[in-house]
Amino acid sequence: MIRLEKRPTPSKFWQIATPIVAVVLTMIAGGIMFAILGKNPVEAIRTIFWDPLFNPDFAAYSRPQLLVKAGPLILIAVGLSLGFRAGIWNIGAEGQYIMGAIFGAGAGLAFYPLEAWYIFPLMVIAGAFGGWLWAMIPALLKTHFNTNEILVSLLMVYIAQNILASMSLGLLRNPEGSGFPGSRNLSQYPAASNPELIAGTGMHWGVVAAFVAVIAAYILLQRHILGFQIKLAGQAPRAARFHGVSPTALVLLCMGISGALAGLAGLFEVSGPAGQISIDFNVGYGFTAIIVAFLGRLNPVGILLAGLLMALTYIGGELAQFMLGLPSAAIQAFQGMLLFFLLAVDLLTNYRFRLFTGVK
Amino acid sequence: MSAEKPVLLSVEGVTKGYPGVVANADVSFQIRQGEVHALLGENGAGKSTLVKMIYGLVKPDQGRMTWRGAAYAPPEPRVARASGVAMVFQHFSLFEALNVAENVALGMENPPPMGALAAKIRAVSDAYGLPLDPSRMVGDLSAGERQRVEIIRCLLQDPKLLIMDEPTSVLTPQEVEILFRTLRQLSAEGTAILYISHKLEEIRALCDEATILRRGRVVGTCTPRDRTAREMAEMMVGAVLTPPEKGAKTEWPQTHPALEAANLTVNSPIPFGTSLKGISFAVARGEVLGIAGVAGNGQDELLLALSGEIKSDEGMVKATGVGVGRLGPNDRRRIGFVAAPEDRLGHAAAPDMSLVENAFLTGAIRKGLTNRGFIDWAAAREFADRVIKAYDVRTPGSHVAARALSGGNLQKFVIGRELSQSPDVIVINQPTWGVDAAAAAAIRQAILDRASEGAAVVVISQDLDELLEISDNFAVLNEGRLTPPRPVQGLTMDQIGLMMGGAHGMEEVHHVS
Repeated sequence: MIRLEKRPTPSKFWQIATPIVAVVLTMIAGGIMFAILGKNPVEAIRTIFWDPLFNPDFAAYSRPQLLVKAGPLILIAVGLSLGFRAGIWNIGAEGQYIMGAIFGAGAGLAFYPLEAWYIFPLMVIAGAFGGWLWAMIPALLKTHFNTNEILVSLLMVYIAQNILASMSLGLLRNPEGSGFPGSRNLSQYPAASNPELIAGTGMHWGVVAAFVAVIAAYILLQRHILGFQIKLAGQAPRAARFHGVSPTALVLLCMGISGALAGLAGLFEVSGPAGQISIDFNVGYGFTAIIVAFLGRLNPVGILLAGLLMALTYIGGELAQFMLGLPSAAIQAFQGMLLFFLLAVDLLTNYRFRLFTGVK
Repeated sequence: MSAEKPVLLSVEGVTKGYPGVVANADVSFQIRQGEVHALLGENGAGKSTLVKMIYGLVKPDQGRMTWRGAAYAPPEPRVARASGVAMVFQHFSLFEALNVAENVALGMENPPPMGALAAKIRAVSDAYGLPLDPSRMVGDLSAGERQRVEIIRCLLQDPKLLIMDEPTSVLTPQEVEILFRTLRQLSAEGTAILYISHKLEEIRALCDEATILRRGRVVGTCTPRDRTAREMAEMMVGAVLTPPEKGAKTEWPQTHPALEAANLTVNSPIPFGTSLKGISFAVARGEVLGIAGVAGNGQDELLLALSGEIKSDEGMVKATGVGVGRLGPNDRRRIGFVAAPEDRLGHAAAPDMSLVENAFLTGAIRKGLTNRGFIDWAAAREFADRVIKAYDVRTPGSHVAARALSGGNLQKFVIGRELSQSPDVIVINQPTWGVDAAAAAAIRQAILDRASEGAAVVVISQDLDELLEISDNFAVLNEGRLTPPRPVQGLTMDQIGLMMGGAHGMEEVHHVS
């Protein structure tokens, strides 16, 4: 008889091996799914994981896309991971991302057509502020009225989406856009644009910010008392209060940081790759970042790798759609498998299988 | 005398292992009819596993049991009960929202109609001097009365063997007397009693025979009346014990008490907790104040209010005359407070964090383990290692997670961590709960040492013997109120019982028999 038994201490080996095993299992199960769909599984897996980076026909386009897509995912996921570690569940990063984009773009467009060095820094501050503000709503409702931050932050996403639509149709609509919805194109307004920094890499200020966030979060969690308190509050809430952590302050801090980082991601996206505020500006980075945060085991370095991997499955998945004719639902199922296997294999960090013989 | 009575239950070579531990190894002993047999051993010695096998909750890996000469291997408690084995657990399984008779009926295979059952309960409670009204709600009963419900539930089955697991841990001295009279009466009527405890004086007063377990093995048998408590304790621990010594009393110069509670009144943050109502006491430097009382009467809340986890009005808690009621845990640590909550895994320590991280948990301030918010992990590790060494914490190293330590070792670590911070005020809830005798003695000694160095100490405990051993003054916490502290010297057990609110209904006791 096989039984699960709790390990006395979490396994260091499985903490590192879990994501690798999960990726391998996803490839196997995904391959079976592609085979059932009548595609060559090896070719499908290669198209998703290999071609975007190394196929001479596509790599020139898709390789920069890797950083473009991974940047916001990593930036948002790092912020979320702090809250998730503390047991504070901000599910509404998508809304904070949208509000960051609106505030940032709005700040930039207010100066149009002035050219000045301070415009872009102001937009960065405004973007972070917008995301922070949107996260403060569920945070304050939680600390003052004990509401559930999961529900409130999620529902705030839909409000943000409606504000986005009304902004692209109203206040921020391009006056010279012949009535089409959407703002002026920020990438054509140099003082407010977030250009590719090194040609052909996809690197823009948002990617830089993501790398900085990874390093800062790593130092915070490893070395700083605040990181210790975040971990403590998540693992043992009563021990955290005994230590002297104020639950209220921690909620405000974690929601604030994750909101501000999501807002930054929105600002860098709207001023760079997306270029303008439009009705369908958001593409779900805020939700995907939740998966990235967990795939990276809530560890900043893990999130960096997970963000790149997730971006790769997006780009590779698109490639597989038009190269092999795989349905987009199959790609989504493939990404879902990744999270599923990760959570399943993660069990082995704290538990182990034991074979029992004889009497129970 | 007991040798003449027939053997009721015989356990022969029983072994039971769990992954990683052997709970019982080749255990053999016998219980005769009408005998009060003590099962003696420290926590983790294998007492509970043994009685669970007798009661049919656990199956032995090896060995056999015989019941009145016939093979006995109950697959489940129902079978054990049918044979005549009854058990009163340490933790009661009663529904607070139901009355006594309904609770008794729930534990029966074929309950009679309520009216008849109530009459039966009355008859049994009269016959055994256990006053209990069948129509009262269990939620309104004291711990002692709840235990009576469990005992009467067992007695209604007319058991041949009654197993009692740590029955006196929640009772006042008067309630213990009532219980013992009942047990003696049962024994005289021919019911054997298997009595599990680590309270040696009780065993000497009550039991005919004792089987002593250590690390799952029988290490000796004795007739408790013929031995001293010290001798039995040493058999149990397998080492020579030294009782804690109080250091020489120093008169510390002071104008204000080191710690003072003045009409401390706070609401409990714990659901169904007990709010503190007008608690007042003062503890001088070098003094140990012992606070007794049954758990759930505000003990947790009192610790939280003194450690700073619950804030009160400023003047309700004072340190050397200065109000500190509004300060949080870290601000109180800064002025010399340390605290050790009862629940070590989850409250005093984070289970999944290493001992280094757990040392940092409370040592950060007084040990200066941070520099502008950045943690000095090397210093934290050094602090953890020092605590491990000084308090004899058995662990492979400071890198292991707190949950990997045994209860006693973790308690030594937690207490050691607090006492190593050169505190001025020490507040500890249940310092030796679930800790073996040798470790408990070491912890008590360490507390007394800090007191003789000039710290003011508050010890909250359910263990009266412990409090009387180490305290200078004694008070009782009952339903969130504290009795005025009295000097331990010259305090009699009767006075203590009265301070504890007396035994519920003791005036009616034995009016029949």
